[in-house]
This record gives sequence, C-alpha cells and structure tokens, in this order.
Amino acid sequence: MSRLEISTPNKAQVVVEGLYKDLERRIEASPPGLCPVDMSRAFLVLCHAQTCGKCVPCRVGLGQLNNMLTDVLDGNATMDTIELIEETAFAIMHSADCAIGYEAASMVYKGVIGFREDYEVHIREGRCTCTYNQPVPCTSLCPAEVDIPGYIALVREGRYQDAIRLIRKDNPFPTTCGFICEHPCEARCRRNMVDDSINIRGLKRLAADLAGKVPPPPCAPSTGKRVAVVGGGPCGLSAAYYMQLMGHQVTVFEMLPQLGGMLRYGIPNYRLPKDRLEEDIEAILETGVEVKYGLRIGSDITIQRLREEYDAVLIAIGASTDKKLGIPNDDAEGIISAVHFLRTIGMGETVDLTGQETIIIGGGNVSMDAARTAIRMGAKKVSIVYRRRIVDMTALPSEIEGAIAEGVEVQVLKAPMRIEVDETGHVSGLWVQPQMVSTIRDGRASIKPTKEKDILIPCNSIIVAIGQDIEYHHFEEAGVSVARGRIHAENYGGFDNIPGVFAGGDCATGPATVIMAISQAKVVAANIDEYLGFHHEISCDVVIPKASLADRTPCGRVNMTEREACERVKDFEGCEYGMSEQEGKQEASRCLRCDHFGYGVFKGGRETIW
Amino acid sequence: MVNLTIDHQAVCVPEGTTVIEAAKQAGIPIPRLCYLKGINEIGACRVCVVEVEGKDKLIISCNNKVEEGMVIYTNSRKVRMNRKNTIELILSQHDCHCATCVRSGNCALQEIANDLNILEIPYKMEIEKLPWNKEFPLIRNAAKCIKCMRCIQICDKVQGLHVWDLTGTGSRTTVNVSLNRKIEEADCSLCGQCITHCPTGALRVRDDTEKAWNAIEDKNKITVVQIAPAVRTAWGEVLGMKREHATVGKMVDALKRMGFDYVFDSVFSADLTIMEEGAEFVERFRKGETRNHPMFTSCCPGWIRFIKSQYPHLVPYLSTAKSPQQMFGAVMKSYFAEKIGVKPENIVTVSVMPCVAKKGESKMELYFEEYGGHDVDLVLTTRELDRMIRSAHIKVDTLVEKECDQIMHDGTGAGVIFGTTGGVMEAALRSAHYLITGKNPDPDAFEQVRGMEAGKQGWIEAVVPIADAQVKVAVVSGLGNTRQLLEALEAGKVHYDFVEVMACPGGCVGGGGQPIHNEENLTNERRENLYFLDRNYAIRFSHENPDVLRLYSDYMERPNSHKAHLLLHTDHKAWEMPRAPKNR
Repeated sequence: MSRLEISTPNKAQVVVEGLYKDLERRIEASPPGLCPVDMSRAFLVLCHAQTCGKCVPCRVGLGQLNNMLTDVLDGNATMDTIELIEETAFAIMHSADCAIGYEAASMVYKGVIGFREDYEVHIREGRCTCTYNQPVPCTSLCPAEVDIPGYIALVREGRYQDAIRLIRKDNPFPTTCGFICEHPCEARCRRNMVDDSINIRGLKRLAADLAGKVPPPPCAPSTGKRVAVVGGGPCGLSAAYYMQLMGHQVTVFEMLPQLGGMLRYGIPNYRLPKDRLEEDIEAILETGVEVKYGLRIGSDITIQRLREEYDAVLIAIGASTDKKLGIPNDDAEGIISAVHFLRTIGMGETVDLTGQETIIIGGGNVSMDAARTAIRMGAKKVSIVYRRRIVDMTALPSEIEGAIAEGVEVQVLKAPMRIEVDETGHVSGLWVQPQMVSTIRDGRASIKPTKEKDILIPCNSIIVAIGQDIEYHHFEEAGVSVARGRIHAENYGGFDNIPGVFAGGDCATGPATVIMAISQAKVVAANIDEYLGFHHEISCDVVIPKASLADRTPCGRVNMTEREACERVKDFEGCEYGMSEQEGKQEASRCLRCDHFGYGVFKGGRETIW
Repeated sequence: MVNLTIDHQAVCVPEGTTVIEAAKQAGIPIPRLCYLKGINEIGACRVCVVEVEGKDKLIISCNNKVEEGMVIYTNSRKVRMNRKNTIELILSQHDCHCATCVRSGNCALQEIANDLNILEIPYKMEIEKLPWNKEFPLIRNAAKCIKCMRCIQICDKVQGLHVWDLTGTGSRTTVNVSLNRKIEEADCSLCGQCITHCPTGALRVRDDTEKAWNAIEDKNKITVVQIAPAVRTAWGEVLGMKREHATVGKMVDALKRMGFDYVFDSVFSADLTIMEEGAEFVERFRKGETRNHPMFTSCCPGWIRFIKSQYPHLVPYLSTAKSPQQMFGAVMKSYFAEKIGVKPENIVTVSVMPCVAKKGESKMELYFEEYGGHDVDLVLTTRELDRMIRSAHIKVDTLVEKECDQIMHDGTGAGVIFGTTGGVMEAALRSAHYLITGKNPDPDAFEQVRGMEAGKQGWIEAVVPIADAQVKVAVVSGLGNTRQLLEALEAGKVHYDFVEVMACPGGCVGGGGQPIHNEENLTNERRENLYFLDRNYAIRFSHENPDVLRLYSDYMERPNSHKAHLLLHTDHKAWEMPRAPKNR
C-alpha cells in the first residue's frame, strides 16, 4: 500500500487551464464601449462558477445578483431592483468567507455605484446607452488613427512604398514611429483572441526599412496664406507637413540648430538613429516648408510679431525644461537634468563620465535613455534610483530590460532625501530613505517609509529625470491661456480669446508620446485650414489589397531582436534589428483584417479622408 | 478576368467580382438574407456561406471577391448544414407567427426556411420585445427583426438621414432609432425605404384598411377615393397581373366593388397642382425671386419633412402649393361636396398612395368656411389596396375597365408622370412654356429632365429656353442626393430657378408604400409604364385639362386666386417637425 500519491492533473483540468489562458487573452482584446451592466453580469457568471459552494452568500447570493442584473438587462426591473442589487452585493462583501465571494460581490458593487446611471437608463428606457463604436481596435486606439490594417496588408504584398504613403496620410513620421512608437495600437489587437497581438510597430519599421525614398504627395494649389509654426518637433513638423499639402506656406521657427525636437535631442541615437529620422524630416521639408533656425520664442521672436506677420500661428514648443528635485543641495555641482544631458549628446557633444559612478533619478523612459546613455559615456557604474518598484515604473518594460541588460543597476524602494556634497560643493552621494510597498490607492500600490535609517549611495554625478515642464512665461504675457504649467488650448487646438493662434504637442498636453503629438498636429492643421477659410482634405489614393480568405491558424508573434548588450554599449548605433522580409510577410499575414471581417465592414472600418 | 469553379462549373468573371455575383452569373442563386448589392455587403446573416476547397473555415460570398483558381461549393454538406443551422438560430429569435404577418408570402426569411425544409426549431425561442408607438405611420416590430442592418444602411447610405442605428452591445444588440430617440422625436422623413428593403415584417407601415372598411360601412358617410399616378404602375405586381393588364380602370372597378362611393384619379389634382405651382413659379421667376434661391416643388411630403428638419431656413423657398393628394382632398370637401350636396363632414376622403409620408401629411388640417378637419381622412398604401382587394376576395381576372367619376374625371399625360422623378418638372415646364409664350411646346420637348441617370453629381440639371428666358432647373430624387444638391446650392457652387425633389429614389414609383420585391428593384419598369401612359393620353398639357379648367371657371376663379390660396395652398410652418440632431 502506498501512503502518498503523486497527483497528476486530469485531462479536463488541463483543457480548462488552457481555456483560462484563452480567456485572459480575450479580456486583453476586449473592445471598449460594451454595455457595462452586461459585462458585470458576464463577470459575475464566471465568478459564480468559481464558488466552492460551502457558504450561503457566495453560493446563493451571487446567483441572485445574476438574476437581478438579468432583470435589469431584460427590462424586468424597477428602481428598487438597483437598491436590492446594491444591498445584496454589500452584504456579500461583508459576509462571504473567502475572496471568491467577497471580491465577486465587490465587482458588482463597484459597478452599481460607478455606472448607476447606466443601470437606471436600462430600467427607464429599456435600452443601453452604449454602442460599439471602435470597430477596428488598432486604428481606434492609435491617437493619429493610422490605417493599420491597410498598411499591414500592403506590407504583406511587399508594397512598402505604398505602405509609407498610406501611413503618411495620418502620420508623416513612419520611420520614426517604426523605431520608437509606444504602439498603443497593439494593446487590444483582436489577434490576441487567437494567439498574440500583431507586431504592428515592427511591420511599420520593416516598411520604412525597405521602402527607400518615398516622395510626399503633391501640394494643393497655393492659397497664399502663411502660417508660422513655433517649434520643429514632431507636432510642429507634422502640422507643417499637412498645412503645406493643403497649399499654405509654413515657416517653422526652431531654436536649436536642427529639426526634430525631442526626436533628435531627447531620444538617443541607439534607439532612433538620426540618419533614419532624417528620412522623415526630408520628406516633410520636400513639401516646401521653410525653416528659420536659432530663434527662441520670447527673446528673438514674439507671438505678437508672428500674429502680425502671419495668417495663423501654431505653438508647438514641446516640454523641454527640467523639473527640480526639491531636496537639499539639488543645485550642487555634478547634478544635471536628463533633458540637458541628452540634448548635449544629441548635439554631438560628449559628457565624459569615464570612471564615474552616476545616479539617475526617476522611473520613466527618459530615465532609461539617460541611464543607457551614461553607460555609453563611460560611467563605471550607473544606478537608477526609484521610490517605488520596477513594476510601478512608467517606462516601457522593454526599455527597463534593455537598461538592465546593459549593466544598469536598478535601486528600487529608495526615496531621494538629500544630496551629499564634498568640500568643493560637488555632489558625492545621494541620501535615500528606504521604502516598502503598501496599500493600493487609486489602482496603484503606494509606498511608505520602513523607518530604517537613510542610506547614502555614493556617486560622482546625478542625472535628474523626474519630468519636464514648458517655458510659458512669454505665452502668459501674450495672453495665451496657461494652466497647470501647460498651454491650455481648447479642444480644437485654438484659443477663444486669440483667434488665429493654436497650440499642440507636449506644450499643450504635458510630456507625452510622439504619436500623441502627431495626432494633435492633425487636429490643429485641419482647424487652422478651416480658420483660414478652407476645407482641404487629406487623402491617399493607395488601393488597399483585399483581405485574404486563408484560415487563421495560430502562429507565434515575430518579436524583434537586439544587438548583444556587451557590444552595443560601446557605441550609439541602433540596438534593434528589424524584421526580415520573410518574417514581415508572416507577421503581416497574421493580421485578422478587422476592417473587413467583423463590425469594420459595416461601420467605421476606414476613414479615407480627413 | 478571373477563372474559378463554382459547383463544378467553370466561371470566368471580371476581377473584383464578389463570389455571390459570380455565382449569379453562372445561374446559381446563393441563398442570402441581409445582402443588398452595393448597399449592404456586410455578411451579417452568414446565410450566403460557401466552401472554398483547401480552406477549413467557410467564407461568405457577398463581400469576398473571387480569386484565380478558386474551387467553390455552394451546396456541399458542410455548407448546407451550416446554412440551415444559421437559419434555425435566426428563427429562434424571430416571431414566427407567419399567419398574422403582413409579409407572409413575401418574406425572405420565410422563403428560405421553407426552401431548407426547416420544420422545427431546435432552440429555445427568445423573442425580443420593444415598445413602439403604433399610431406612427412607420412601425417597427422588434420581434421580427433579424438584424440584417439593411434599414440602417438604406437610411445612412441612400437617404443620408441616419434614423436607424444599432443600440446596446453584446447579445442585447438591436436595431432602434439612433441617438436613443423615439421614432416620433426623430427627423425621419417617412420615405419608407427601410420598409421596402426590410426582408421580413419587422418594419411595416401602419395598417389603415380597417378604418377604410368602417368608412365604407358607415351609412352616414360618403367615401371618396383618389388614386395616385404611381399606384397604377405597381398594384398588380403581387396580384399576379401583367403590367399592361393592371390598369387604373380595373382599380376603379375593384374600389367600386369594395363599396367606395366615388373614385377619382389623382392625375386630375396633379394637373391642378401644375396650374397652381406653375403659375406660382412663373410669377416668382418673373419677379426675379429665383435669382438667389430656386423655388422648390412641394408635392412630396417626405421631402417636406426633410427640408423642415434638415434645412429649416430653406422652407420659405418651397412652393406654397399643397401636394396633389391634399389639393384633391380639399376640392372633394368643397367644390365636389357642394356639387353633390353633401356636407364636407359627411365625406370621408381616402387616397391610395405609393407612399408612407402621405400618412403623415394627411394629418395636416383644413379649415374652410364652417368646416374644420382634414383634406384627406385616410391614406392607404398600394400594398394596403392590394390586401383589401384580396380580403374582398375579388378575382383580378374578373375586373373590367371602369371610368372614374365625373366632374373631376379628366387627366392628362402631364399629370400622370407626377409619379416619377422628373415628372413634376416636365409637366410644369410644359405649362410654364404655355404661360410665358402663349403657345404649347412639343410635349416631349423637355425630355432632358427625365431619366434616372443622375450620374456622379446625384441630380439632373438642365437649362430650358422659354421665349427669351433661360430657366435653370434641377431634378433630384433620394434624400442623400438631395442633401448633396442643397449643399452645392448653399455653397454657391450651383444655381437653379426651379428644383424638383422627390424623397424616394426614382420618385413615387419607387415609393415606400409600393409592393415589395426583396432584392429586386422595379422602379425603371414602373417609370416606363408612366411614360407609356403619357404618350397615349389624348391631352398632354395640364392647362388643357377640361375638368380642371371647369373647376376654375365654376369655383376657384383662377390659379393663385384668394379661394385657391385658401384651399390649394398651405403654410409649411403651420406644423412642427423634429429637427436634425446637432453635430451629426
């Protein structure tokens, strides 16, 4: 007789485990705009199936909640039903024995409080106010609404030039975005329901890699209108591009020696090689954009002057001033801002860190860029110091991984308290207070001091990457609305009190992504066109290949590879290898073509003109 | 050209052809429900699935295009089982009480279920219930809706009014009035195109036949009927009559046999409309009022609802003439009532119309001397007339030619073409020419305003020389086209003196009250019929209609007289129409 037995999962369990994974991916791809009451009910049914059956609140109560939610949805409920749902959920939250019960009830409770109005509309009017309004997930989630299924289909056919043309209809930075877009489009890719999201950014990069030089489309006949754009970053240049295509003459005022803004002076070359950035800028300039370099708004030129000399003015100066740490000795020798540090390198100069121990403060993408650049500048040891945990960092996981691979130390749960200086006033270390993770607040884990003693981390230099601000004093003086350190434009990009002046990009949103800046450029370009009395349309005549009827056999996602870390830290050359043509074709053929299959073929699948 | 095989048959079709159309060319009608060529190719019903050799998943044939070398089976076991299953699923959410359905015998779902020998539904029945205002001329029965989306697409793509939309999500997704409105609060034109494109009985017109029977039975009431021009082109289609046999004379016979007291032809009031509207146009034109804004025709109530909801600021440019239906009603309750010595309140005026919006229009009030009521009391669509003939068990082959009743008997070729796009314009130009020059033109002199070939622009325009004047006219049908025309006018891109608008594509012959033929469009055949009738009328000018001329000499004095204004003209601002939603 054996006393113990090795347990093996039975076949049903194995299959169910697989189904859990399927469900996880499906939830990830869940489209926005679904009826919240119906979703609550659906989640509740799953929760109820998880009950062990021991306790009354969970076994019976969740079922009764389901009945009541169904009544609401079927039009069989009254306002009293909502009260009873709330009371029942509240009771289960406080009486269920384990999380299966109380967390299930809590989900219902959050809903009945959080979208009570929707419950009431169901009861009052017998219908839901929600409609399915984002038929093609990737395009809906791209701030610039790029026709993603369209260019993926073109890549699949090897029509790389056409892919670039189609992308440029909504985004004049195809190459740049192929390298560094944060790809919100991939977040709810429906392919997740099959296996994994499409590598959309990778396919865009492949198109840019293989297209060669693609000239921009011809400009509309000249309107004789002149537009001044202050700032030659992604927003300013994108708006300039579209306004040139519309027939207006644009002049870009750039304070630095070259165009690109943060793309050139913020993002290191190893992430976005500058010769590749030039491809986008060249095409933009080819439309006839004029550029005046070395002029700083406020000192060299004023809004007032530009308003007099031009028919419209766009402010797109970005957010390029640093935030101060606000701790003792934060102005000591050896402390610089990440923006300044990266800009210096971007201008082709060096900041020699040979043999130094460098600390980077902050957990965002800029912090990773600064850390990896510091490594390349010869620092002996680079440490990122962050108050919270790695999972709480705002940087993309791939950027954090890249930094760690290149030898960056990540010191988490350490809050900077004060800076230690040597007798010459130069930084010699950073005092940090040890933290521990604590309760969840507003969906994010908070931290609290452990009450251990502060620790001194010795260093020779500190790079501060805790966010950027804008220089707004000149604008404030010129009457441009400024709120919370940002230029506060109306949702059409302009200002009610100063007609003809518009703003977009980081200076209006606070530091954000390239694709956000481009999406704003579209808005302001269209609205400046209207303001000038025109209704030009931007379109693209590329014919999109019809959707393939092939079966959708599950297939892994092609991920990009990188140069060996020990090699790439030696230079500023690009880190990432693009997809091969063969990989690109396979990846493109994974696209489910939501523009053709599903709701996209019915409504809102493709906007060909804006 | 693309070569493929469909059901073992070699087929060669141009590139870009859909599988369903390729099969059609090979003589294979793939079963379908939601498909509407060019308008609804979204594969919602999944009935048109076919099997493609080498592919596991079935594909739908309505919106997928042929590929070189494709081998397709439209009727393999896999396809058949799948199609049948889909229909069973649709039926499980469909109120299958066919016996009491207005579309029984003319229902795409019923037909396909019968064809597939579905004798039982293996699923639990789940019938959707949604409240609806049954007094409104347009009625939606959610229990019969199969969510084919045709109504949404017709209203979006052809009529451009976006009255219908999907509401809710998930399993509770359904079609309803857009923007959470009730139908009576919506800017619905009542064109009824959603009804004539509905494959089932989910959308229908309010049935007023019982009211008609009651009026006939009421001994104290005299029933007076008028028949619109377009009705004669279509009423026989579902009664098994050939078009040339289904004459207006036989309709008169049928109506008389049912028991209506007097039967008239709206061609008379179409001629009367020309007298009023033509005179009004000539006056406006001569005064130079059309230099900035055209005069718009006012005979189509769908168009009136459209302009009032979408372009209320253009309402002053409508002709003030009532529609032929309302004019006839007013004449019946004044001139005719006097002639037969019956008080207007004892007359029930009934009209047979190809139209849904006429049911709405008939609510318009008439006040004349002591009388206060309506011009027209009851509007029946062509389909309701057909059902009355059937319920009166009249065998159509026993019908004989009967004349309309007297004193408003005569009609002209100009009046009969009111039933088609371009007809009102052509009739008006024939008489305007006479009014301006004192001479009749060749009746076919204005052929350029005929025709459905509106081209890319969406409307027809012509410059018509009359004497030394150049009259710029435009003709448009379909409200999507109409919006384009109005936008061009508003933007100053075009200018016209006179514009004819009909809400339904092709005009009244394609009206929302006409017989329904699922995917088939008989508008052109019906139009041809009207032009044939025009050519064969003894008189082809409205201003020569003897009974109309007598109406003026005996009663109205002259066009646009004070009395004519009281009876034959209207104030378009006298009633409210829900406005178009903002920021559409």
